Amino acid sequence: MSTPTLFGLSAAVLVGLGLYGVIAHPQPLRKIVAFNVIGSGVFLLLGAIARRGAAAGMGGDPVPQALLITGIVVAFSATALAIALLLRLFGETGSVTLSSDAPAKADGDKAHG
Amino acid sequence: MTTDGGLLLAVAVLAPFVGVMAGLALGGRFVVRVAFLTVLVGLGTALGVSRALVQSGRAVVYLLGGWAPPLGVALRADGLSAVMLVAVAVVIGGIAVYARADFGMPAGTGEARAPFTFWLLLLAVWGSLNLVFVSGDLFTLYVALELLTFAGVPLVCLDGKGETLRSALRYLLFALVGSVLYLLGAVLLYGAYGTLDIALLAARVRPEPITWVAAALMTTGLLAKTALFPLHIWLPPAHAGAPAAASAVLSALVVKGSWFLVVRLWFDVLPGVITRPSAQLLGALGASAILVGNVVALKQTRLKLLIAYSTVAQIGYLFLMFPLVAGLDAAHLDSGSAMTGGMLQAISHATAKAAMFLAAGLVYATLGHDRVADLRGIGRALPMTVVAFALGGASLIGLPPSGGFLAKWLLISAAVATAQWWWALVMLVGGLLTSAYVFLVVVRAMAPAEAGWVPKARVPRYQQVAVLALALCSFLLGAAALCPINVVRIGRPHVALVGSR
Repeated sequence: MSTPTLFGLSAAVLVGLGLYGVIAHPQPLRKIVAFNVIGSGVFLLLGAIARRGAAAGMGGDPVPQALLITGIVVAFSATALAIALLLRLFGETGSVTLSSDAPAKADGDKAHG
Repeated sequence: MTTDGGLLLAVAVLAPFVGVMAGLALGGRFVVRVAFLTVLVGLGTALGVSRALVQSGRAVVYLLGGWAPPLGVALRADGLSAVMLVAVAVVIGGIAVYARADFGMPAGTGEARAPFTFWLLLLAVWGSLNLVFVSGDLFTLYVALELLTFAGVPLVCLDGKGETLRSALRYLLFALVGSVLYLLGAVLLYGAYGTLDIALLAARVRPEPITWVAAALMTTGLLAKTALFPLHIWLPPAHAGAPAAASAVLSALVVKGSWFLVVRLWFDVLPGVITRPSAQLLGALGASAILVGNVVALKQTRLKLLIAYSTVAQIGYLFLMFPLVAGLDAAHLDSGSAMTGGMLQAISHATAKAAMFLAAGLVYATLGHDRVADLRGIGRALPMTVVAFALGGASLIGLPPSGGFLAKWLLISAAVATAQWWWALVMLVGGLLTSAYVFLVVVRAMAPAEAGWVPKARVPRYQQVAVLALALCSFLLGAAALCPINVVRIGRPHVALVGSR
């Protein structure tokens, strides 16, 4: 089994683990981390494709590497936005559940809401 | 290879983002003026692109930096893009006029966070949508999709309350999983064919397992972002919790971006790879969305939630066009009518839904609440708004001469022509259910108010005019049947969706 194939299979495992995490975990922070795991899988796949598509004498196909860097930046911004929303949600409601029938926060928390 | 008017494509994408940066730099005192200036520039650019397209009869192309694909990135506008560019520009203009009253920040008041952010996000959504419509390769489309999500999510939680923050986070999580699945599909396509440019890919794709897996992943991701049944649960609380102008942007425009991408993917990248059963599956999900969305809308007690569930249903209509085009292609008939029907449905829904959400905002401002059961008195206080709501509803039901009527006419004709009568049945039942809740709202609004009731606030006349103008756009869109040229066909290759490989 060649190196790109091995990395490609690892990428598939990462995507599967991340997808399971996003669907199965109810807490938003775990969903965000699982989304990052899926992202890592996709980027690893891009790296494997870059290596596999390398022309003779070159290290790797440059186009997937460019896509990979852009993808990392986009995923990073997405995670930042999600974490900001999560922190704000926690500050406003005192809990981080995504289900809408959460009990209303106690009056004591309203002071710093 | 950059054609005449190609630079307008770059301007169409850049102008809204330049507006965002200018608004951010100049601050709250000038952001409204910057926004309106950008609306004018953007509308002019969209009309310019359409003119260039119609005059040349071919797609308008712009090569970034002069580099041709596969090494460079091309912006490409065909008939579909031009039509959507103009429609989005008109709807954004209408929403901007309405929002000047809600988020105007008049001189003397300081810069407030929610209004200031609204204007920046409005322009950002517009820029991202323009990029979706004119992108020529799948990775630029991914970036545009993410931009659209980042601009749309904060619109949900503009008021900063806990419940809207929760809806925004839920929307963001759905959207992120959707876009990463789309990216995974795009990566697989690159690995198989060595390019992501749409025109080059269309020549290279073969109906083999990797293409089917990539298509399935990308379509699923985009369906999550478009809130097609059964991935629609994030939409009603998100759209209903936002302020009225923000709801209009989200329901009318943001969901159209990812839908347009499915159209691009299926019709421009994967013709010949799509199988008839998969098109039928997409249509079945659309039909379920129509039925479920309309039935749940009937049960709603709040007007904004009713309109949001109506959006869930109307998105289903957008996906009925796929099995119809596939059927027409398989029968070797011209599928342009079904494609035009789908486009018309998208545009008439965009204008009608924007008008309905803005009308709901005016109702809320006048009554102090938006309970459907207690709408009495609104007909006397806001007559233009109730008429606008009724006209928008008429377009959603499919009454002539509205755009919705023409769209359904084209789609039902296609269904009958290909002997797929079940889609026609679904559309008719959907129209019936839609008429039920539109009449419900209008009849309640026409009831006389209790003695001594006065409106909670006076809404400016120009807001009502803006709402009525948007509703009239949707109601009179049936006149598109009189258009001598089939704009949707310009610049598109005649490749059959199924069975051409």
